Amino acid sequence: MRLVLGKSLIELGLKYRDLYVVDADSASHTMTSLFAENFPDRFVNVGISEQDLVGVASGLASCGKRVVVCTYTSFLMRAWEQIRNTVARAKLNVKLVGTHSGISNFGDGPSHQCFEDIALMRVIPNVKVVVPADSVELRQCLNELLRDEGPAYMRVGRDEDFRVYDECRCELGVANVVVDGYDVVIVAIGSMVSESVKAVKELEGLGISAAVIDSHTVKPLDSNTILKYVRATGAVVVAEEHNVLGGLGSAVAEVVVRDYPVPMEFVGVRDMFGHSARSLEDLRKFLGLTSSDIVRAATKVVRSR
Amino acid sequence: MVQELEVVREIIRRGLNNNQLVLLSELRVNSYRSLTSALRSLSRKYSISVSTLKVNAKVLRDLNLIDVRGSDRVREVVLTPMGHFVADLLGIHPVIKDLDLDGKHVEILAEKSRLVRKYVLEMIADAGSGHLGASLSVVDILTTLYMARMRYDVKNPRWPLRDRLILSKGHAAPALYAVLAMVGFISFDELRKFRDVEGVLQGHPDIDVPGVDMVSGSLGQGLSVGCGMALALKNDGVPAKVYVVMGDGELDEGQVWEAALTASKLRLDNLVAIIDRNGYQQEGVTEAVKPLEPLVMKWISFGWHVIEVDGHDFEQLIRAFNEADQVWGKPTVIIAHTVKGKGFPPAEGNNKYHSRPVSREEIRSAGII
Repeated sequence: MRLVLGKSLIELGLKYRDLYVVDADSASHTMTSLFAENFPDRFVNVGISEQDLVGVASGLASCGKRVVVCTYTSFLMRAWEQIRNTVARAKLNVKLVGTHSGISNFGDGPSHQCFEDIALMRVIPNVKVVVPADSVELRQCLNELLRDEGPAYMRVGRDEDFRVYDECRCELGVANVVVDGYDVVIVAIGSMVSESVKAVKELEGLGISAAVIDSHTVKPLDSNTILKYVRATGAVVVAEEHNVLGGLGSAVAEVVVRDYPVPMEFVGVRDMFGHSARSLEDLRKFLGLTSSDIVRAATKVVRSR
Repeated sequence: MVQELEVVREIIRRGLNNNQLVLLSELRVNSYRSLTSALRSLSRKYSISVSTLKVNAKVLRDLNLIDVRGSDRVREVVLTPMGHFVADLLGIHPVIKDLDLDGKHVEILAEKSRLVRKYVLEMIADAGSGHLGASLSVVDILTTLYMARMRYDVKNPRWPLRDRLILSKGHAAPALYAVLAMVGFISFDELRKFRDVEGVLQGHPDIDVPGVDMVSGSLGQGLSVGCGMALALKNDGVPAKVYVVMGDGELDEGQVWEAALTASKLRLDNLVAIIDRNGYQQEGVTEAVKPLEPLVMKWISFGWHVIEVDGHDFEQLIRAFNEADQVWGKPTVIIAHTVKGKGFPPAEGNNKYHSRPVSREEIRSAGII
């Protein structure tokens, strides 16, 4: 994922002469180093200081620059208040990219595994929240975000690319329907889109037809598409590499509860911290984020319909 | 951008005749009570007829490069911000680099500051809340910057080539708003709606206010933003300055020191930080809450050029800003020693007035209105 991020930034750096990338001493890990090599004048490493990182980006943006801020998700959240009080209040054109998000940084343990970022970003006015499912969508989303004005947060994983698309469109605020189905709808983001697609095959064996919606824009949420499928299926499962509190699950529930209440299940991190693991799959199992967990949730929700 | 500026410079140079250049360069450093007195004085000095100068002054006025401004009592002929910019761009170096320090300029600034303080107190009294002490200590700094230093265009607040000011100690917003009203960014009517749901002037600066370059209110963030601005301007070859006004209590915030390192690393000599060193923060004396001294040594060791001044002495302030203009390759910090609550005797050096509301009666009995 991060390699695609770095390459996409080079393309965008050629396209936009006013694009700056600001980074907190993580360039070789977030792969913004690729941008730095090509556009040294438009790259700033502020050192290990996330609050300053967001501030410097704000200053650049206020002088008319397009700015991408990039560092580890966990530590970008350290500057939440700077994001709220400067970037969002002043509606600055700053795109915050958090890498190594969710379970993608399986080895480093809970300090580096962030499951709270979507909740934290979603509640700030003026901030869009985008979570691409795979590297193809990442590239599209980044393109769209830079065409768009104003603050946004994009959540990116580390290396593993759980490919869903050969090619895809990404229109901000418009979800992609990956699989069509009529018994249950699975709304997912990030790597859970690919897990959901796996789950669809298992569910077929159980005689359940599941639809999968890749809700890459968590805010503004595409409530139209989601409600259309909720009405058609009458059962919904949300799947995300994030705390079940405050993330996509909450966002979808807010819409469903108000407009068309149906049985709902949440596949996500159960309000706990992560843990070091030897492999991503180990951590996925440990936290209950596998396709089997989605299958279980879907079966349950269909039964209680 | 640097090349583009060269082209602009050439176009302007061709567009102006020698008489107009004389007027621009002189008005850059001297202020005159009226146009007539300006023309008479310059006619003598340069042996150009008054009528010739008059025609050219009219041209400059039509071009919005010079302006006659002020009330009936205090009138002056000055360069507009655009005029200052053109003069700087053409590099018409004045005969004396310093602003006119013979007392006239200082007198004008002192009078303006007195008015700003009056508005600040009235605003806080009308709103029923506001940070009085910290607003009053920073007034002379803001007056000097907006009325004797900075280039901006009140008709075009987002003018890309303007000097920027970030009031990082956002709780001193009343002082900023009063100054912005006095230079013409916002109306005096708006001041009366300070902290009112109907008004745009909130308790802390918001970006929607004309003339406000950056939101603030959460301490410690302004210097980082200033670094970003200074970097963007420098890379684009824009000869503008970024002023960041901070409180001394604000220096408790770690982010200030992160930014101090960044500014130094990026050699941002177009960045000037001003510390309103009034010695107090909400809960007491700064040296008791979290000792800052030796403050000068701290900034020197962070790679900054440090100037210490009396923050209520206009001459010292102007000289400090001039000095900052001469510094190359590093940012400048001006530590301005001030008195919290300055100009309102009950509050001077009395921290009870940190955010205590005042009444119009109290202001009246202090002889301010």
